[in-house]
Amino acid sequence: MKYLGLIWSNLKRKKLRTALTVLSIFVALLLFGFLFAIKEAFTAGVRIADADRLIVRHKVSLIQTLPVSYEQRLANVPGVAAVTHMTWFGGIYQEPKNFFANMPAQPEKIFDLYPEYTLPPEATALWAKTKNGAVIGRTLADRFQWKVGDRVPLTSPIWGEPEGATAWEFEICGIFDTIKKGADTSMFYFRYDYFDEARPRGKGEVGWYTVRVQNANEAAAVAAKIDEEFANSPFETKAEPEGAFAAGFAQQVGDIGSIMIAVTSAVFFTILLVAGNTMSQSVRERTEELGVLKAVGFPNGLILVLVLAESCVIAMLGGFLGLGLAWALLQAGNPVPALLPVLYVPNQALITGAVLVLLLGIVAGAMPAITAMRLRTAEALRRNG
Amino acid sequence: MSNAALVQVQNVTKTFHRGSEDVPVLSGLDLMVNQGEFLALMGPSGSGKSTLLNLIGGLDRPTQGSVSIGGDRIDQLSDRELAAWRARHVGFVFQFYNLMPVLNAQRNVELPLLLTSLNKSERRQHAETALNVVGLSHRLKHYPRTLSGGEQQRVGIARAIVTDPTILLCDEPTGDLDRKSGDDILTLLQTLNKEQGKTIIMVTHDPHASARASRIVHLDKGQLSAQPA
Repeated sequence: MKYLGLIWSNLKRKKLRTALTVLSIFVALLLFGFLFAIKEAFTAGVRIADADRLIVRHKVSLIQTLPVSYEQRLANVPGVAAVTHMTWFGGIYQEPKNFFANMPAQPEKIFDLYPEYTLPPEATALWAKTKNGAVIGRTLADRFQWKVGDRVPLTSPIWGEPEGATAWEFEICGIFDTIKKGADTSMFYFRYDYFDEARPRGKGEVGWYTVRVQNANEAAAVAAKIDEEFANSPFETKAEPEGAFAAGFAQQVGDIGSIMIAVTSAVFFTILLVAGNTMSQSVRERTEELGVLKAVGFPNGLILVLVLAESCVIAMLGGFLGLGLAWALLQAGNPVPALLPVLYVPNQALITGAVLVLLLGIVAGAMPAITAMRLRTAEALRRNG
Repeated sequence: MSNAALVQVQNVTKTFHRGSEDVPVLSGLDLMVNQGEFLALMGPSGSGKSTLLNLIGGLDRPTQGSVSIGGDRIDQLSDRELAAWRARHVGFVFQFYNLMPVLNAQRNVELPLLLTSLNKSERRQHAETALNVVGLSHRLKHYPRTLSGGEQQRVGIARAIVTDPTILLCDEPTGDLDRKSGDDILTLLQTLNKEQGKTIIMVTHDPHASARASRIVHLDKGQLSAQPA
């Protein structure tokens, strides 16, 4: 600790250069934080997917519907513990930019299949009593400042509006939260029976089924049995683990992980050159001073540590500020709720970022530190004469 | 003043390698310096004065021969041992002061004390005492750029004596100063020698400066040409 003052004084030697280097690292880590948050937004579904849940959809594509009668047949497949279904409604609130996921669901089953979401008992009771009732996630409620009792009109280009109405009108019965970090609470669920009764077309059809298997280890076998059950029917199915289903969604955008690694690597490589150059210049400029330190008895190892510490302080100043700001900005609010409903800097990103910052400091400072360590004292002092 | 030999340089040869060429700087040199002596090492440029000073200060190693200081064969110490030895036994004063521009006078003087077990307030106290000895107690917080050349050299001397070293090695300490400031520095060195018994070896080519020493040694072409008593 007693050398901190010396390190800090050296950093203040060329304030502008130090500030610009810190700023470049700050921007890099800010970008890293945002990129990681975006990757998390795309892949959180895969990470938090339950191993014992399967998604059963039409074999051709997700937009093809399945008969509601499959619910009972799915329940009868050996190994299946519970079944529910959902349908993509595609409802628009006021204008398309207000996008959020809204789906008809089965009130009595949905929260059994998705125990990571919690709905207060009074809300469950109210939803059961209210035919056009809806429950919404906390993120969505916060986004539009909706509360229980509010009426929300949606139009649906996919299903049309109920006969004689210009929009579907839903009454909010409750707000659900989640106990699982990263789980999406931007959804809007309303009752399937109301939807099926009021929709002008497609009655008796559902979008997909969610199935809970009795034993997660047998999920693949159960999925195969399900597909076998409906083989050669007009509505053949594709059953797959929820994680694989979510991964398929993310893959439609691209390999987010690879894109992020490519961008981050390029940025870090550039920053490494910037920081390395700063440290090299700094050491070159102080050859005589390093010679004096050695002359008064500073051992080579200590010289190495001091230069490395200087490099690490620069990296940590910029890096931790950048990571911290990315975290704070996304904690304060999601700037793109319609595009990426779940957007936050995960702890894993903070830890990875911190490790990268330290590595950056060490790697950028390594060569200058070794050069400083190897300086021959007499020669270093002679440069002044 | 004790007459015990503090510095014993025996049959020392130093050769530098410049590309494929060997450049001999010192050849078979012997020198003894007693405890409490103020020795002036004179000679023309390139005669090997600074090289000899570096060997005595443990900043460089002889190609052949031995260098003993206070009974320690410093030419046989490892780099780490040599660094620790320098920290304990040697104070350096340089021609161009070699102060850290980012540290004020007090913190410049404190630098060698960072290697000791002294705490912050003890370090500060020692630095203040050393600056007081060189007459700069009123300039503690001043940065080198705000000090005159003479004052900077006084800070350099304070840094050299703050650890109470066995020997002070001064390389052209007045070489960058005007006559008045140079005289003041030489007076200070004489005081340190006479009143505190510091052993001083000073490299200079200025006869006026060497006249302040108790003994003068001439070096020419890597050999001692005369050792007047």
